[in-house]
Amino acid sequence: MIWVNAIVQGVLLGGLFALFATGLSLAFGVMRFVNLAHGDLAILGAYFGVTTSDALGVNPLLSLFIVVPAMAALGYVLQRYAFNYAIGDDPLPSILVTFGLGIVIQNALLERYSADSQGLDAGSIETSSIELTDDIAIGTFPLIILGVAILVLGGLGLFLARTRMGRAFRATSDDPITARLMGINDRNIYGVVMAIAFATVALAGVFLGIRQTFGPSDGPALLLIGFEAVVIGGLGSLWGTLLGGVIIGIAQTVGNQLDVEFGFLNGPLLGHIIFLVVLLVRPNGLLGRRSR
Amino acid sequence: MSEYRISRSTPESRGGVAFFAALTLVLFTLPWWDGDGSLRTPLVIVLLYVALAQMWNLLAGFAGLISIGQQMFVGIGTYGLLTFAEEWGIDPYLSVPLCGLVAALVSIPVAFFNFRLVAGYFAIGTWVSAEVIRLLVNDSGSLKGGEVRSLTRESLGGYAKETRDNVTYWLALALAVGATAIVVFVLRSRVGLALRSVRDNETGARGLGVDVTRTKALIWVIAAFWTGCVGAVLLLNAPSATSTSAFSVLSWTALVIFMVVIGGNGSTTGPILGVLVFWFLDEQLADQDTWRFIILGGLAAVMAIVAPKGLYGLLQQWKPLQFFPVRRRLIGPGVDE
Repeated sequence: MIWVNAIVQGVLLGGLFALFATGLSLAFGVMRFVNLAHGDLAILGAYFGVTTSDALGVNPLLSLFIVVPAMAALGYVLQRYAFNYAIGDDPLPSILVTFGLGIVIQNALLERYSADSQGLDAGSIETSSIELTDDIAIGTFPLIILGVAILVLGGLGLFLARTRMGRAFRATSDDPITARLMGINDRNIYGVVMAIAFATVALAGVFLGIRQTFGPSDGPALLLIGFEAVVIGGLGSLWGTLLGGVIIGIAQTVGNQLDVEFGFLNGPLLGHIIFLVVLLVRPNGLLGRRSR
Repeated sequence: MSEYRISRSTPESRGGVAFFAALTLVLFTLPWWDGDGSLRTPLVIVLLYVALAQMWNLLAGFAGLISIGQQMFVGIGTYGLLTFAEEWGIDPYLSVPLCGLVAALVSIPVAFFNFRLVAGYFAIGTWVSAEVIRLLVNDSGSLKGGEVRSLTRESLGGYAKETRDNVTYWLALALAVGATAIVVFVLRSRVGLALRSVRDNETGARGLGVDVTRTKALIWVIAAFWTGCVGAVLLLNAPSATSTSAFSVLSWTALVIFMVVIGGNGSTTGPILGVLVFWFLDEQLADQDTWRFIILGGLAAVMAIVAPKGLYGLLQQWKPLQFFPVRRRLIGPGVDE
């Protein structure tokens, strides 16, 4: 029964991972952009939630109405006025810019908030749960996160498939030069992509802060988890990212359970191993397009 | 008989090589005139950073392999030395190349996995690989990565402290000079020509018969070997190590990347410049670790956009000087100097 429970909790945790990885997946899908600061941005979002809810004296969930739009605006501005200059055939500048940004965020948070871990208190919703059997209970809040992740990924899929702007996203992804000839402002498109990426990562960051405690240097570990979810699911596939997130979520909980029961493996290690195995047998990911 | 010829050397490169040779000689004799070791102690770490920076530069600047996993090879070198010298009783100084060898061996399967990933994802893939090795070392019963470990006096072979400090310093000097020499010789060789053709146009290079994957893999393994040796010497220089310190992405990869980018990626002189800038900043910002990272990280991010070739690139724009003879030039009538 503990194993069933570990898997159920893993699926729920996977919702958070998938939500976190959405921006990573989208930015790579549309502009082949790998944001190495993605994990640190989630942590920045969580700290932003702390400061906002403290200053206004409101529930951190309400602070989302400030944190998410503010982070989206930051994403747009950073993309338009910095990242766009680093995009090109050579991947090095974009890697350097985002890696440098990540280190700056980590250390700025350390300077401002100290290394002590923090948590966000969202009240009774954190502890309420639905009991399935005597041994298995589903937390209400983790379930909400999973639901939000599905809504965000589904909504984004619909947006890409059905709207005029979504079509512009796909056109720019396929061939930016021709898209430009058709009157699409690709620089603006990239800005909007990054705004969406920052909005979702801020959402994931605040949710993460409510679920567990966090510290300034937690970003890189999150980045690796998100990256693994994206690669396992398949580059450029949004539903793949959800699947990848759930697989990594299960790996974390089952791996930690293995550690507790038998003292061998642990969550992060099992996640990394599953990632390497998928890379070996299906380099394009589980739901990725076959050709590159 | 053609009156045209190809030359690599320039007047300033002859001067540059002579300067670096003289500098090496002066640094070699340092233990005899730096009595109290006040210069030797900081130089060990500076020289080791030169070696790390040259290797990262060789990977990213010339082979297009942007690695964020170099801490994996440093850590392997550190724990290799603990195993060889501490557990097996091999002479610590003879163990250093063995540590490089272990790092090189581990780098082969790592390449096998990560060479499947493109560009930015290769970078994170190497980071994941480094984390896997760190976690394995951390959990390993025999390596005891979770504890603070150090070399005991017996395993240091009964050498006097003064001798040990000097040998460690000379090893660091050899690694720094050797790393620079490796970059120069690789660039002068056929492999170097292949690398630059791949960098400029991968499809074209393939068409001309360059085995891209093999060439990159060769560079990857060389850099792993050298970085592993650096990891071993870092332990000789440090009192102790944990898996967290030996596999630190901040110390052994992030700082190195910042140095190379600030100094000048894709050149031979740039990384050395970068290490000097770092050394200067480090003196100013002693004990302010967070500010050091904020300034270096921010500077590297800004430079990546406004001056992608770093300080050396800016110097080149002002006056194109070539301190190491690595570029081929055509010399003959009617060719502009």
